[in-house]
Formats: sequence, structure tokens, C-alpha cells
Amino acid sequence: MQYFLTYLKVFAVGGLVCTIGQLLINKTKMTSARVLVTFLLAGAALEAVGLFRYIEDFGKAGITIPITGFGKSLAAGAIEGAKQGLYQACTGGLAAVAAGLSAAIAFGFVIALVSKSKPKGA
Amino acid sequence: MDKKEYSELVEQTTPRTKEGKTLLFAFAIGGLICTIGQGVSDALAALIPSFDAKKIGALTGVVMIFLGSLLTGLGVYDKIGYYAGAGSVLPITGFANSVVSPAMEYNKEGIVFGLMAKMFSIAGPVIVSGVCASVLIGVIYYIIGLF
Repeated sequence: MQYFLTYLKVFAVGGLVCTIGQLLINKTKMTSARVLVTFLLAGAALEAVGLFRYIEDFGKAGITIPITGFGKSLAAGAIEGAKQGLYQACTGGLAAVAAGLSAAIAFGFVIALVSKSKPKGA
Repeated sequence: MDKKEYSELVEQTTPRTKEGKTLLFAFAIGGLICTIGQGVSDALAALIPSFDAKKIGALTGVVMIFLGSLLTGLGVYDKIGYYAGAGSVLPITGFANSVVSPAMEYNKEGIVFGLMAKMFSIAGPVIVSGVCASVLIGVIYYIIGLF
């Protein structure tokens, strides 16, 4: 029952984040790159002002799996690094997302190499 | 009903139903992808108990990025995206999709100047804005910490 409730919250929060994104696309004709940037910066800003953890406590993967979670990691890494010094304040963000970024580049390269692009619309 | 009335009726009804549908699909598929992510996270935490929450989170991202890349390579993700809209764009799997899609498309123009160069034509702005924001936040926190 506990698990069911957690997953239900994850589903609701994740769904809500994507619905807000879809509303932005519908209302402003934003391209997907702009929507991604907007939500990434929103996640980073929420973490910077300390509000992200409250949403994360409630919605868990519902807010960390969308790109808002990527922004949160970038900001959290920088904040963590700032405690140690200016150097770590500048490098902490990228260090925190190193795994995800490496994965996107490495998997992206290999998969793009072996798969053939289908014509648009197919 | 004449032509004018009909076109007014179409205008009134079409966008709303279509928009309702896009929102519903975005909610359902976006929610589902996040739920899968939570499942991956819980499974990883059970499999690797020595990893702390931060590492489990990063590893969950890696697994989801792998799934997103794979489904893009197989041509499945774009089919999901046709219905899901933001529901497939916003999750981290959509970020993977935005990396793999242009890389695949420009593969025919060569590996260096096609695949590698165009890989970040959509995801580039995300990384640039994200890294700049993180440096800014880091520096601000560093300066605040001085006082």
C-alpha cells in the first residue's frame, strides 16, 4: 500500500510537470528545445532557492526524471561545491551531472552509429 | 446550418478537444515514464545498497538515458512522441532522444561533421544554459558564504 501511494504520487507529479510543458507548447508554440531549457532553468532555480527538496520529498521521480531534475543536480552540485571554494563552485555543477552527460554522449554516439534514420513522418 | 455557422462551430470545438487530448496524453505518458524511473531507482537501490541516494539518482538517470537512446534508435520513441508531446520531451528520456535523433539523421553526412557535430543541435542549448546557470549559482553561493 505504501509503495502504491508513492508510485501514485510519482505518476501525478510527473504527469503534472509534463502537462504544464504541453500547455506551454500549445499556448506559445514553443519548440521542444525551448521547453527543455525553460524547465531545466526552473529546476535549477527551485534548487537554488531551496524549494526543490519539498517537491522532491512528495513527488520523488515525478520531479527528478523530467529535465527539472537535471537542472536540480546542476544547481545542487554548484551549491555543494561553493562550500569548498570558488573552484569547486564553478566545477560542481558539471561534476554532479557527469554520469548522465557521459551516458547521453556515449550511448548517443554508439546508437546513432548503428541505427539508420527513417525518413521524417514514417 | 450554413457555411459560416459550420466554420464557427468547427473553430469552437476543434482546438479545445485537440488540446484536451494533447494534455491528457502528456499527463499519462509523462507520468508513466516518471513512474518507470521511480521503479528503476527503487530496483537500483535494492541491488546496490552501498550506493548513496545521490549515486542512485545519477545511475537512474543513466539507465533512463540508455532506454531513451535505445528506443530512439529503434524508431519507437518518435512514435510515442507523436502522441505524448511534452510527456515524452520533458523526461530525461526525451533529452536522450534529442541527442540521438539529430545524430542519427546526420550520420549520412559523415561521422565527424555529421553525427558528432550535429549531436547537440537540439540538446546544446540545454547544456549551455544549464552549465551557465550552475556556475552562476555556485559563484553566488560562494560569495554569500564569504560573509
